[in-house]
Amino acid sequence: MIISVLVTGSPVSQQAAQSALSFCTAVLASGHTLYRVFFYEDGVHTGNALTVAPQDERNLNTAWSEFIQQHQLDAVICVASALKRGILNNTEATRYQKPAANLAAGFEISGLGQWVDACLNSDRVVSFGA
Amino acid sequence: MKTLTFLARQAPFGSSSAKACLDMVLASAVFEQQVNYVFLDDGVWQLVRGHAPDGIGAKNTLAALQALELYGVDNVYALDESMSERQLTQAHLQIPVRLCTRAELGAMINASDVVTAL
Repeated sequence: MIISVLVTGSPVSQQAAQSALSFCTAVLASGHTLYRVFFYEDGVHTGNALTVAPQDERNLNTAWSEFIQQHQLDAVICVASALKRGILNNTEATRYQKPAANLAAGFEISGLGQWVDACLNSDRVVSFGA
Repeated sequence: MKTLTFLARQAPFGSSSAKACLDMVLASAVFEQQVNYVFLDDGVWQLVRGHAPDGIGAKNTLAALQALELYGVDNVYALDESMSERQLTQAHLQIPVRLCTRAELGAMINASDVVTAL
């Protein structure tokens, strides 16, 4: 089965991004295909490479970044949500003259069209909100 | 073509959910999909006309509801019990909507390819 995932909850204050990561791990382990993971609203914080977790806690953003790279997943951060929250790649940081870029490896920034495309090309779309 | 159903459930200005849902609806409409846009729970407040969010430093993003028709989004619903619980009628709304029952909403969700609640 071809599956896409929508993450709208914050990785630091809600369970959504962790639940989504666990779900995506299970999806691949079960032999299904992940077409795309789309991060929207506070979910875009998952793509921030600058988060620091306490020593005895797992850094969920790092875990997502490694998972995406390991499986070469299509992981899209919504550009409108990202810019408002200060999640920038080099292109956007330059465009808006910001002092740094912070998009973690594996993620890319694009628009809502990518989410609609995921809906059209997936058998299931699973949302993780809060 | 797929049927995408959106459930708008949050009050309009306490969070960014209303705008996030509307943006998804419009993006889906641009891709010429069959869209159902359903307002329920506190989400029915998004439909009310005469909001003046300038006073709380917010932008009236819901003025864009007027554009739904231009985007070809014709299936706009409000859950009747959410409306009546809040003593709202069609006369309070800025765009015409169809009222639906919980059973009709269930059938609509059942017939949808993708359901997104925000």
